[in-house]
Amino acid sequence: MTEFFLMGGYAAYVWSAYGITLIVLMVNIWAAYRRHAGMLARAGREGRLEASGRQPTVREI
Amino acid sequence: MGFVRWFHQLASPPYVYRLAGRLAPWFAVSGVILIAGGSYGGLVLAPPDYLQGDGYRIIYVHVPSAYLGMLAYMVMATSAAVGFIWRMKMAHGLAVSAAPLGASFTFLALVTGGIWGKPMWGTYWQWADARLMSELLLLFLFLGYMVLRASFDDREKADRVSAILAVVGVVNVPIIHYSVEWWSTLHQGPTIARLDAPAITMDMLAPLLVMIVGFTVLFAWLLCKRLQGEILDREGRARWVAQLTGGVSA
Repeated sequence: MTEFFLMGGYAAYVWSAYGITLIVLMVNIWAAYRRHAGMLARAGREGRLEASGRQPTVREI
Repeated sequence: MGFVRWFHQLASPPYVYRLAGRLAPWFAVSGVILIAGGSYGGLVLAPPDYLQGDGYRIIYVHVPSAYLGMLAYMVMATSAAVGFIWRMKMAHGLAVSAAPLGASFTFLALVTGGIWGKPMWGTYWQWADARLMSELLLLFLFLGYMVLRASFDDREKADRVSAILAVVGVVNVPIIHYSVEWWSTLHQGPTIARLDAPAITMDMLAPLLVMIVGFTVLFAWLLCKRLQGEILDREGRARWVAQLTGGVSA
């Protein structure tokens, strides 16, 4: 098992490459979902305001 | 006829929004399984290289990242062109969604390449290498596309001007691919995409192919989610969006 983590002396290179890849992929997943959720929330706010028949203020949008 | 109908449906925001929402979970599950399996194959099952030992295992994240950067660019440029020619908003929306994904995969390709280069070439970076320069240009094209868009208040104008940049930049994609053949410098030549058989044994190649497919499926997943967000951004005030969020009853 230790041998696996040592990567034949290349541990620092191999694991940092895989680590950065994992981080970048996770950030991309998080960002895509956050944007979708943010836009859904905004559309919901605008929809409720329109249903109430009143002009939204800049702050509310 | 079926194709024409389908093409028209692809111009309809609610149709594309629901299609993307339905596809996303399938891409998510299969992408994660493929990448997990490919990583296990690349890190554990594949034998060490006779020359680079275990150091070569960086290939399993480096090559898929580089490939995805170019694929994302082609998706971005093609849909931007379709949007420009047929004035299709959904196509521009797809191009916008592909840009940050392509930028991050290209960034990954550069970083993992640098990490791989240090023990094998003795340096993280070489300014004179054509592959490295054309890959860096790819990153700048993605970033330039996003910055250019952000400089317009009018979204329609941003769509049209940024589409021109995206299409012109396509020239760089074959340059990236052939750079290692046209200018023989530090970066090694092609391993898989050659006219003759791939220059890699099957037990090393299989995990790489699994990773490439896995990265592609993950890209498709995130493209779906980003497109959904982009559609809501563009269509926020449409009636179908209000129904979706419960603001207006159907």
